[in-house]
Amino acid sequence: MASALINVPAKAKRGDIIEIKTLMSHIMETGYRHTATGEVVPRDIITSFTCRFNGAEIFRADLFPAISANPFITFFTTVTQSGKFEFEWIGDKGFSETASASITVE
Amino acid sequence: MQLRPDTTRRRFLGLAGGVAVAGAVPIVTVRPAEATPAMLASAIRNVTNGAAVKTGKVKLDIPPLVENGNTVPMTVSVDSPMAPEDHVASIHVFNEKNPQPNIGNFYLGPHAGRAQVSTRVRLADSQKIVAIAKLSDGSYWSASVDVVVTLAACTEELI
Repeated sequence: MASALINVPAKAKRGDIIEIKTLMSHIMETGYRHTATGEVVPRDIITSFTCRFNGAEIFRADLFPAISANPFITFFTTVTQSGKFEFEWIGDKGFSETASASITVE
Repeated sequence: MQLRPDTTRRRFLGLAGGVAVAGAVPIVTVRPAEATPAMLASAIRNVTNGAAVKTGKVKLDIPPLVENGNTVPMTVSVDSPMAPEDHVASIHVFNEKNPQPNIGNFYLGPHAGRAQVSTRVRLADSQKIVAIAKLSDGSYWSASVDVVVTLAACTEELI
């Protein structure tokens, strides 16, 4: 399911600080909403986002219901070598998605 | 239902009014509990373990007037050299009046190069947003912004 959007520069110079933008399509149901009949809509959110570079964790986030639907997260990292970024989203109801992006460092 | 032509309009308006009243009732009855300033304080204590939180270094970028509380862009940046001996270890964002005081925790390290994260948040009411950064030396720094929200998130009804 192509539900993730990742924006990583394809190339960078050694030592550059690059911005990584990620968006995962997800309803992020808060668990605080009710249907017209008064039943609570059960919580269904992404609880954890992790980014690894060549296997080592470089960024992690705990998400709460206060994060908007389709969580959009951007952060920075310094690149020192070519490699692969791996992204992982984990959430309620067994939600688990991964994506990856490669970068060439000159 | 067979109606005489001269009563149709009156009946229709009566029914429509009844539906509107029935529809309005749940909005009043299902407002979720709010986080209180005390919950905000305890959520912050959970992160800092009671350490002193100083004001400064952190910059919380969020529009002061928000039309739609469902997606509010937010950027937190911290003034830090991001060197191995002096960097931001984590950034925590809290709110005062959503049903739950936490918004997000972000963990970075010296390799990040720049201590800045952006995301989009939900705000259930006009309220204060607090961002706290934990530095590598164990100190905590914070910034807070008051946001006015005209359309609240979280409380809307499902159709």
